[in-house]
Amino acid sequence: MSSLTHKQEIPEGGYRTPDGRIIGGVLMDLKHITLRFGGVVAIKDISFDIREGEIRAIIGPNGAGKSSMLNVISGFYVPQEGEIWFRGQKRPPLKPYQVARQGVARTFQNIALFKGMTTLDNIMTGRVTKMKSNMLEQAIWWGKAEREESEHREKVEEIIDFLEIQAIRKTPVGRLPYGLQKRVELGRALAAEPDLLLLDEPMAGMNVEEKEDMSRFILDVNDEYGTTIALIEHDMGVVMDLSDRVVVMDYGKKIGDGTPDEVRNNQAVIDAYLGVVHE
Amino acid sequence: MFYREAGDFKTSYVEDSQTFPIRLDRRGYYAIIFIAFAVIPFLINDYWANAVFVPFLIYSIAAIGLNILTGYAGQVSLGTGGFMAVGAFACYKLMTAFPEINIIFHILISGGITAAVGMAFGLPSLRIKGFYLAVATLAAQFFLVWLFNKVPWFYNYSASGQISAPERTVFGIAVTGPHTAAWAKYMISLVFVFVLAWVARNLTRGTVGRKWMAIRDMDIAAEIIGVNPLPAKLSAFAVSSFFVGIAGALFFAVYLGAAEVGEAFGPQKSFLVLFMIIIGGLGSIFGSFAGAAFMVLLPVLLKNVLVGGLGWPTDLAAQFEIMLVGALIIIFLIAEPHGIAQLWRITKEKLRLWPFPH
Repeated sequence: MSSLTHKQEIPEGGYRTPDGRIIGGVLMDLKHITLRFGGVVAIKDISFDIREGEIRAIIGPNGAGKSSMLNVISGFYVPQEGEIWFRGQKRPPLKPYQVARQGVARTFQNIALFKGMTTLDNIMTGRVTKMKSNMLEQAIWWGKAEREESEHREKVEEIIDFLEIQAIRKTPVGRLPYGLQKRVELGRALAAEPDLLLLDEPMAGMNVEEKEDMSRFILDVNDEYGTTIALIEHDMGVVMDLSDRVVVMDYGKKIGDGTPDEVRNNQAVIDAYLGVVHE
Repeated sequence: MFYREAGDFKTSYVEDSQTFPIRLDRRGYYAIIFIAFAVIPFLINDYWANAVFVPFLIYSIAAIGLNILTGYAGQVSLGTGGFMAVGAFACYKLMTAFPEINIIFHILISGGITAAVGMAFGLPSLRIKGFYLAVATLAAQFFLVWLFNKVPWFYNYSASGQISAPERTVFGIAVTGPHTAAWAKYMISLVFVFVLAWVARNLTRGTVGRKWMAIRDMDIAAEIIGVNPLPAKLSAFAVSSFFVGIAGALFFAVYLGAAEVGEAFGPQKSFLVLFMIIIGGLGSIFGSFAGAAFMVLLPVLLKNVLVGGLGWPTDLAAQFEIMLVGALIIIFLIAEPHGIAQLWRITKEKLRLWPFPH
């Protein structure tokens, strides 16, 4: 991979990672985001950017506002102050389904699958934004609707192959073990072929083996599909290994931003994690 | 032993997603269709048509309609009776105002009118869920019955407040009115059931159906992956009400012939159809048929056994029936919340392994 890419020019705003991947320009730019719930300030004046093709981690102690940040990006919360720029354009306040149509997909901290549906149907549902046949065509089913269903099924089968979940294709997801449910949820997000993939604690509650599998999938998604990934994770080993750049939050404020090495040696970050005596 | 998919290989996604993937199922389905269309019409008499087949077929349409809304899209509705009344009165007004147009179109347009009314009453579902939505639809039920009682225009200013279906024909054969043959009533109901069940199956297996189920299972996640809840919920209300409206039109024009709104389309009808889908199976087309068959056949069976066989007084048998239905609903809710359809599925799973389960 690196031998192929090392001759390429680095685009404006981009950089080269230590393993030789070329990171492109800014995909999403968050400027001075402030989010309040009544008197509680969940996010206080945070700015950072996510560049094309990178794996961006957001870390911080419990209650730091990481999930709120992800909810702001996916349109779930509308921040009181600040701007979100996506692909060089300022994003107006959007509903979550509109954000999804722009090419942002996500997974949830506590699995949010459609429990009554099979693995296949769950992942097929991930492609709603791409399916165009109207209700009348679907009611009759001959022609466009059936053709479209098969075309999308083919894409979904690719994802099923990629995530190695062929065996559970027709199992209702409610019956699956936790690790597999997480994987199906990743599949559902991938089905939308997103430009930006948000992962909210993709490895929470997993054992070492499952974590290794999931890390491999995240790296493969980034590598094979070129998907930009922003993830929240508590396992520091995983975060430092996977991510290109890390944002550190504490009490709704940004206390660090940079490569894993920079963050690891940042005094404010160490204080936040290990705790210091406040004078 | 004979019921299994071994050797029945699927070589395309179209084949893999067909309605009856197992060969024996498919043959059974064709056999039932053949018997329904080519055998029963020649054997049917008035008793079987009026007591069993016609009500079963018409309630199946209503049950499929409610199942789309409640079983697939997860929006509880207690307004089925009211929406059936909309279909019935729309059909009555169309039949009397445009007698030269074919009754088939009247019934379809009645469905369309009911769909519009259903969407209007479905608007609160964007804000409220669960019990609160159920109460809102119950309000629709009471309001609609009140409206059809109160405004004489709906029943053409008839002295009794009743509506009665004039004679209308399809291909020269009477399908409504007092001179309708049993087989004609049966056939028109069967054709509607066949087409509508096929449409329901198509809708529920495609994108629209997945959107509905996504909203039902987890509305937040559905929105995050790109389902706009407004059209998804309203389309469920529209399609459901279309089915229920057609059921109401058929119920009045073909089955009853004459109807008084409070009696024929009161709240007890809403509950009857809801019981059908609970006992039959939420989120299943087969379950809608099973539930309709169960709730239509049970009274007939009990009457024959208790009154005809054991010689009980009629009123005692009627009370016993109410108690039995109540008990069955409780038993189903506790033991098998997914109804007869799930029992059928489990039986099929077992059958696939029989007689060597290990």
